[in-house]
Parts: sequence; C-alpha cells; structure tokens
Amino acid sequence: MRVHVGQGGRGGGPVTRLSAPAEPATSVEELPDELVDADTPWQTIVWNDPVNLMSYVTWVFQKLFGYDKAKATALMMDVHHKGRATVSSGSREKVEGDVAKLHAAGLWATMQRAS
Amino acid sequence: MRAWRRHGRGERARYVAVLDQPEASVLRGLVGQVDDMLAGRADASPADELSALTGIRTGPSTPPDDPVLARLLPEFHRPDADGDAGGGTDGAALAAALRSVREPELIEAKREAIATMLASLPGGGGRVELTAPQAEAWLTAVNDVRLALGTALEVSEDMPEQLPPDDPRADHLPVYHWLTWLQDSLVTVLLR
Repeated sequence: MRVHVGQGGRGGGPVTRLSAPAEPATSVEELPDELVDADTPWQTIVWNDPVNLMSYVTWVFQKLFGYDKAKATALMMDVHHKGRATVSSGSREKVEGDVAKLHAAGLWATMQRAS
Repeated sequence: MRAWRRHGRGERARYVAVLDQPEASVLRGLVGQVDDMLAGRADASPADELSALTGIRTGPSTPPDDPVLARLLPEFHRPDADGDAGGGTDGAALAAALRSVREPELIEAKREAIATMLASLPGGGGRVELTAPQAEAWLTAVNDVRLALGTALEVSEDMPEQLPPDDPRADHLPVYHWLTWLQDSLVTVLLR
C-alpha cells in the first residue's frame, strides 16, 4: 500500500511520501474476537498491494463495514505491515457479498474458510 | 487543479475542485479506456438463452488473460492461500464458480461509477461540484484508473517520483502520481 502525503500544485506538483509509517496505536491482534464467530466460518481477507492508498483503504473499511476510524486504521495497518488482514467474517453469503463490495472498491480481497 | 474542498455539511455537503481543460481531458480519456476494457470483457461473454429467460447472468469462469483486467476483476478465492475452501470443495472450482456468478455485477458496478464520474466532469474542464455519492463514485473510478495504470507501469511500493529518462515508463508516471494526489486529496476531505 502507498502512503501519500501529497502537496499538489497545478497539474500535480511535488509529492512527499512517508517512507516509514507510524505503528498503529491499536493492535489488530485484539480484534479477531469480535470479528470471528465460531458459527460463522468464512473470512474476508484483504491483501496488500502497491497501488491502493492507505487513506483510501481506511475510508473503504469505514464505509463498507461501518468500522470507526481507529478500527479501520488498525486493519489497514495490518494489511500494510503483515501483507493481509481479516476484515470481516460470517456466513458464506455474507462474506461473498463483502468480497464483492471490496472488489467494486478496487481492493484485493478474497474469501476463505476460517482455519 | 488545487486540492478538493468541502462546502457545507451533512446532506448538503459539496466537494469542489476546479480542473483545467487538459486535466479534464486526461481524466476523461483514462476513465474511458478503463470503461472500454470492462465493456469488452462483458461483451466477450454474451447472455445465453437460459440467462435471458431466468434473468440470472453468468460470466466467464476464468480470470482475464490481460493483467490489467485481471487486477480490476480479481479472483474471489485463492486456492494457494492457507485455509481450504471447505466442505470438500476444490479451491479452484470455488474460485471459478464465484467469478462466474459475481463478475457481471462487478463490471456493472465499476461502469456505473465511471458513468457517474463522467456525467459530473465537464468536458472542457472548469468547476466540479460533487455530492457525497458522486464523490464516492469519483474515488472508485479514479482508483480503477490507478490500478490499471499501476499494473501497466508495474508500479511498486517504493516507486520513485521520477524514473530515468530512458525508462519507457518515465513519461506516464507523472500522470499516475497526479491521479494519486487527486484521489488522496478527495478521500482526505471525505474523511474529515
């Protein structure tokens, strides 16, 4: 994922990027309890890619899943640092719909059975 | 153009920027190219009699050969990733089945965002004033252009601001960076 702290001038000006994003304040290690339900064995995985912006991915998580900013940011940072994150779980139909929405938004997402 | 600004709050919020003519022209051209690619993919799997009868559309079961289209229309399941498809289902068969069912509506969603963006982008440039749903369509459509360009240019996370002049991608990279800035500016205002 790309960090973008840009300052665009006319026609696109000089751009500065942070090369080392700050560590997330909240670890996503704490999140699976509420994300994973034993009766709902499918998971939505989002994979890191070099094009999607960190700001945009955070916005997508808030918009699609209704997560607050802290949770959406923590999940985004997990994708960025670990290469992947589980962003939702549930029945196969639910997760299939979540993956479809993420694809419509341009994120690289897949579904898999919870291990 | 300068960064996007928000005027007003809540339902009445408008997202405003001024694009000059070349900027509007580049945006229209690139978004139009993505739309053409998506339309081509949809046309390659014409509706058969059964789907005409039932209203249930099915698309191809295999990913596009073209890497740009393959990035825009990813697989729903990765048999190579850990965790199995479950229930004795073969992972590759699951990926194929999901694509076949889901791809037509995914193409449709992307083309709708593009149509919304093009309808709110004056051809000769000028002031653009978007409602929140229109701004979201812009984010989606611009992101798809960035995915397409990024794939074609083989963009990596540590892509430099400029490439050596002898690199064939050097002329196209500034457009990619401009789109990145435009998208980031808009998402920043939406998140605020």
